[in-house]
Amino acid sequence: MDDLYREVIIEHYKNPSYRGKLDPHDISFADNNPLCGDHIQIDLRVNPEGIVTEAMFDGHGCAISQASADLLMESIIGKPLEEVKELNRQDILDMLGIDLGPVRLKCALLSLKVLKAGVYGLGEASDSLVE
Amino acid sequence: MPRTLTPFMSINVDQIRKDFPILERETANGRRVIYLDSTATSHKPLEVIDAMNDYYRRSNANIHRGVHTLAEEATALYENARERIARFINAASFREVVYTRNTTESINLVAYSWARANLKSGDLVILTEMEHHSNLVPWHMLQMERGIELEFIPVTDEGLLDLDAYKSLLGRNPKLVSFTHMSNVLGTINPAAEIIHLAHSAGALTLVDGAQSVPHLSVDVQALDADFYAFSAHKMCGPTGIGVLYGKSALLEGMPPFLGGGDMIKEVKLRSFRANTLPHKFEAGTPAIAEAVGFGAAVDYLTKVGMDDIAAHEHGITEYALERLEEVPGVKVFGPPAEKKGGVTAFTLAGVHPHDVAQILDQDGIAVRAGHHCAQPLHEKFGIPATSRASFYLYSTKEEVDLLIKGLYKVKEIFG
Repeated sequence: MDDLYREVIIEHYKNPSYRGKLDPHDISFADNNPLCGDHIQIDLRVNPEGIVTEAMFDGHGCAISQASADLLMESIIGKPLEEVKELNRQDILDMLGIDLGPVRLKCALLSLKVLKAGVYGLGEASDSLVE
Repeated sequence: MPRTLTPFMSINVDQIRKDFPILERETANGRRVIYLDSTATSHKPLEVIDAMNDYYRRSNANIHRGVHTLAEEATALYENARERIARFINAASFREVVYTRNTTESINLVAYSWARANLKSGDLVILTEMEHHSNLVPWHMLQMERGIELEFIPVTDEGLLDLDAYKSLLGRNPKLVSFTHMSNVLGTINPAAEIIHLAHSAGALTLVDGAQSVPHLSVDVQALDADFYAFSAHKMCGPTGIGVLYGKSALLEGMPPFLGGGDMIKEVKLRSFRANTLPHKFEAGTPAIAEAVGFGAAVDYLTKVGMDDIAAHEHGITEYALERLEEVPGVKVFGPPAEKKGGVTAFTLAGVHPHDVAQILDQDGIAVRAGHHCAQPLHEKFGIPATSRASFYLYSTKEEVDLLIKGLYKVKEIFG
C-alpha cells in the first residue's frame, strides 16, 4: 500500500504502546491542532539526573498524529531532557519514514510541539518549536 | 418556500462537464480528479475564466473616475455585473448589492456598521448552533466589545433547527436573527422565509448567510423578505476574492460607512468627508474588478443552466449518495434526509479519523474535505472532533459517488 499508510503507522495507531496518563508526573502538557481539532496530552516522569524514565500520551486524532506520538514516546524514554529539547521536524519524519505535505506535517508534529512546550514549561505549543 | 423537484438528471451533466476544464486534469498518480469538495469552493467554467482573461487583455483600467476609453469600459463591466447579480437574487435595485471580498466580509460589514450603530450592551442577537465560524466570531467580538447577548437556536439530532425553541427565544426581544440558509456540514436547508417572518413579527432584523444556498438554490431576497443576505462568488462558479452583501436600501442608507477611503466618498475636506451614495458608500479602495466581471459571467452561466434544474440534479445525486453511504458498514451520516438538504454529506467511518479517510481517498484522485469545516461548535454538539464531507454540484455524477463508495471500502481494508 501507499507510503503514507506504512504498516508501522497503522500498527502504532491501532495498538499504541504508550497511550495513557501518568499520575503522578513531573511534566504534563496538552494542546490541540487547531486545523482539525486533534488533541494530544503528554505526561513524563523524569529522574533527578534529568533523564526521562517514563512517557505516555493521550488524546485523539488521525493515524499520523497518533502514530507519531507513540513513536515519539518510545524514542525519548531513557533520554536526557536536554536531548529532548533538540528534537526537530526531521527526527519525526525519520521515525515515520515518510514524507508529508504541509497539512499533514502539522498532524505529525503535534506531539513534538506538545512535548517541547511541556519540557520548556511554555504556555502554548507553538509552531516555532518544531521549525 | 417548498422546492419543486423535477426528475433526476434534469441537466446534461456530460455536456456541463465539458465547460469545466479542470475536471479533465489528473492527480499526481495519474488518476482523474473526482472533485467532491464544491462546498469549500466550486470549479469555474470556461465562460468565467474567459471573461476575466478578456477583461485583463482588453479592458483593464481603474474604475469610476477615469474618462478614457478603458476606464469607461472597465466601469461599465464592473457595474453591469452588479446589475446581473442583483437580478440573479431578485434584489429590488443594484444599489442593494454591495461588493465585498466574500460572505465573511459581508457578515463583518453588518457587524461593524449596522450592529455597532444599533446595538448596545444587553441587546440580544440570535444565531444557531449550525453556524459557520464566519457567523459566530464577528458576534463573539461584538459581545466582548459591547456586551451584547447571544442565544442560539438549537439543532435537533436529525440536524434541523428547533423552531419551537426559536419561537420562545423570540419572546426575549431580539434585535437581530442571523442564520445560515443552508448548513455547510449537515446540508440542512433551513426554512428561511419562516425564520425571517417570525423574526420580523418579534421586531428583529435578519441577516442570512447564503454562502451555500445562493450557489445551489433559486434565491429571491424579496420573496424571503431578508434584511441582509450574504454570499460569495467562488462557491457559485465565480472567482475567489469577491462576494456580496445584499441589504434593503432603507437599512443600508441609514448605516454608517464601513471602510474609509477612495470611492466611498462624495466629497472630502481636510477635516471631514461626505459618504457616497449606495452601494459605493461601502466599497472603499480599488475593488476586485476582474473578479466582479467573473462573478457576472458566473451568474449568467448558472442562469443559462437553470437554478431549479441544478437543484434537482444535486437532489438526485444526494439521494443516491445517502443510499450508497448507508450500505457501507461503519459509516454514519450526519444531517437530515435528502428532501430536507442540499448536496452536502458529512460522515464518519468507525475507527478511522476523517483525515485518514480523506488522505486515502486522495490517493485515488477523490477530493473530499476532512475536519470541522469551520463549524467546530456543531461538531462538539454531535460529540465528534471532525467529519469527512463529500459535496456535489452541477457537474457531479453518480459514477463519482460510486468511486467514493469504492474508496471507502479501500479505507476499511487498510485500517482492517
